[in-house]
Amino acid sequence: MATTKQKILLPAILLANDLLDGDVVFWTERGWSIDPAEALVARDETAAVRLQEVAAAALARGAVVDAYLVDVALREDGLPVPNHFRERFKIAGPSIRQDLGKQAAFAHLRGRA
Amino acid sequence: MYRYDQFDEAFVRERVAQFRGQVARRIDGSLTEDEFKPLRLKNGVYLQLHAYMLRIAIPYGTLSSVQLRQLALIGERYDRGYGHFTTRQNLQFNWPKLRDIPDILDLLADVGMHCIQTSGNCIRNTTADHFAGAAADEVEDPRPTAELIRQWSTMHPEFDYLPRKFKIAVTGAPRDRAAIRAHDIGIQVVRHPVSGEVGYRLFVGGGLGRTPMIGKLVRDFLPKAHLLAYLQSLMRVYNLEGRRDNKYKARVKILVHEIGIEEFRGRVEAEFAALDPAAIAADPEEVARIEAYFAPPAFVTLPETSQRLVADRARDPAFDRWVETNTFPHREPGYAAVTVSLKPVGGVPGDATSDQMRAVADLADAHSFGEIRVSHHQNLILPHVRQDALHGLWTGLVAAGLAEANAGLITDIIACPGLDYCALATARSIPIAQAISRRFASAERQREIGELGIKISGCINACGHHHVGHIGILGLEKSGQESYQVTLGGDATENAAIGQLLGPGIAATEVPDAIERLVAVYLAHRREGETFAEAVRRLGIEPFKAGFLATPAESANAAA
Amino acid sequence: MPLLDAAGFRADPWHRVAAGEPATGEAVLVGLAELPAVIAGRSNAQRVGVEVANTVRLPELSPFLGQIDLVAIAFPAFADGRAFSLARQLREAGFKGAVRAVGPVIADQFTHLVACGFDEVEVPDAIAARQPEAQWRSALASYGATYQTGYGAGASILERRRALRAGQGAAS
Ligand code: HEM
Ligand code: SF4
Repeated sequence: MATTKQKILLPAILLANDLLDGDVVFWTERGWSIDPAEALVARDETAAVRLQEVAAAALARGAVVDAYLVDVALREDGLPVPNHFRERFKIAGPSIRQDLGKQAAFAHLRGRA
Repeated sequence: MYRYDQFDEAFVRERVAQFRGQVARRIDGSLTEDEFKPLRLKNGVYLQLHAYMLRIAIPYGTLSSVQLRQLALIGERYDRGYGHFTTRQNLQFNWPKLRDIPDILDLLADVGMHCIQTSGNCIRNTTADHFAGAAADEVEDPRPTAELIRQWSTMHPEFDYLPRKFKIAVTGAPRDRAAIRAHDIGIQVVRHPVSGEVGYRLFVGGGLGRTPMIGKLVRDFLPKAHLLAYLQSLMRVYNLEGRRDNKYKARVKILVHEIGIEEFRGRVEAEFAALDPAAIAADPEEVARIEAYFAPPAFVTLPETSQRLVADRARDPAFDRWVETNTFPHREPGYAAVTVSLKPVGGVPGDATSDQMRAVADLADAHSFGEIRVSHHQNLILPHVRQDALHGLWTGLVAAGLAEANAGLITDIIACPGLDYCALATARSIPIAQAISRRFASAERQREIGELGIKISGCINACGHHHVGHIGILGLEKSGQESYQVTLGGDATENAAIGQLLGPGIAATEVPDAIERLVAVYLAHRREGETFAEAVRRLGIEPFKAGFLATPAESANAAA
Repeated sequence: MPLLDAAGFRADPWHRVAAGEPATGEAVLVGLAELPAVIAGRSNAQRVGVEVANTVRLPELSPFLGQIDLVAIAFPAFADGRAFSLARQLREAGFKGAVRAVGPVIADQFTHLVACGFDEVEVPDAIAARQPEAQWRSALASYGATYQTGYGAGASILERRRALRAGQGAAS
């Protein structure tokens, strides 16, 4: 969960689960997207705080659930890859079923979890 | 099998409508997420990592072929064509959309099923011995009792907002196949030693999770007619006195531990003395009505052993192996109870595809009076199969990829979803199960090792029962990596025991070797006919600890 | 905070009296500590109620039950279900006055509250605003019957089955 007290690790993206579909979604310049490649990457504290505000507002509005910031590393092609393995699985899908989840839908995620 | 009457049917339809309304009110803002969450949990809807999860109640693990086909259909229409059978005799779908769930609930209601109280801080789905009604050692079929509890506990106005979840398990036999002492309340059907009257022995305060505890005896003999009043008294004490300041201390096991079993028993008995059991109990006609649904099916009179089976076994070694491991003695001569393994080598423990569910449903119609059970070992059971028909059944299971001959063996591993699905996980569990299962794939080796239960959880919540595994594996995070603790000496039966830690956590890749080393210690020390669990009880954990801690090089030398 | 019963929102006739304030008025709601004195000093027509935490135990209330008209039990959070049992105990002890739930309960709990012996709820403004009267009413209508005998006014499913059997027995 996003808490303003925690130290923000950078760079960071904002992810959540869609209220109705449950799908993992990422905050982008144009709202929420299911594609991690489109995630807006906060590279400094100010941008990250803005993402936290987006998360708080989105949770209050109720369009998404479980919205929080995730610290990432940027792959050569720019794809943000979470530093923690939990979020890498959360984004990719089950490691034991490569035919399911975002790893099946997005070529840029395959074999990367 | 129990079938809904007009009242059950109306009740469940009302609940579907209620949940549909709650989803709509969540969307329109009448309910906040904090308010909605407990409501959706009470309807079995979790949020996992990638999607929602829907947990469907399979009361006391009993399913009809019609119900199983409906689950197959739901899996195809609303999920990804498979489901996961759990240690709590439930079925979980991993990919439903919240917007579809009311429609799924309608499809379930069509076949007398629901998701009510499969999660949340309420009385959960009541579980029972998966061989109920088939086992020879049974005092009485536990399912009428479990059904009575199901009805009584369903949306109980007083006990729907408990301090924490509450799980009840019932066994009708002295051999405990329902892990009753790992439950908040464990109920054993017993015969009174003097009067011969059938009644209940009750245990309270068992539970796994972060503080594992074995249930303690709270009532040695309870007349059957007093059951609901006694449960009401016990639940009331828990509801009023259970801790609410710390969710990790909120289970009844902590209350029992803190005030002591004597004090707890005294409070329950005081509450019980103030109640009128007859006003709460189901009347005898109602009890008889429920019992009638569990009357034995129309067994035919058969010789004790089937000559046909003897001949089939002699002719077909693979079939012979499967019969040896996957059938269980039936109380009717000429019948057997069959374990349909959901543990193919390298597979996901407990997963079944919609096609496999249909195959099992068809085989149940052909050979088991249309009845299926879910075991807490995450396997399916066909409870009443004629021995003559076993070969035909087996052929069908082979075709469906469900004939792994490993019930109770080292590859019959229990594993929770872990970090492949679960939002609470600290590490993955399924890949560990797969790696061990591949390592011990050889059928000869598995039989040589014999009965050995490995249980794996992906976090301290212990959904994979690791505390009571002969070998338990707990996935944790250590310095940013998945790390696995191994315990030894757990037991879920009437010898219930919590496993002891063998040493520091190890990496995922080291787990199969570590298991090999434990097995090697057992094989080196076992006496004639002694199982792994028995050897651990006799030897204590020290020799195993030494084996576990030995470096791979040392153990290679030791084996040479 | 708005007050609601099975008929809908209504005005609250009870006057909350803080410790140390004079307990005047037709219907006064006081704390457990003040209760004995207020009962002793009340005029004939005055109605007295007590407001308690959900940690209060029945024996603490028992001596007063014949002399008071309202027990208001706090819900610190809607998921804290202790008050359901306390209300039941009050009813089982024969208390005939009103029982009120005070705090952030939600419409979805209304049937359970009524079944356990509550008559009314006093909810925060924010909940009343999100969950208007219609939602509470339809929550009450969402259960035809429940399995537990002795909870709520209607016949339980077990009792309905018995009645049905009796009817069938008579017909055959
Ligand atoms: C979304 C997935 C799941 C979540 C979030 C979840 C959550 C939890 C939590 C929080 C506990 C600890 C309770 C406590 O200590 O008070 C627990 C215990 C348990 N769960 Fe799960 N669980 C999940 C899946 C499963 C599955 C798949 C199974 C069956 C395979 C299962 C069966 C159990 C059992 C048997 C226990 C321990 C027994 C006990 O309650 O003492 N759970 N679960
Ligand atoms: S043990 Fe932990 S990881 Fe496994 S299912 Fe339970 S909560 Fe999830």
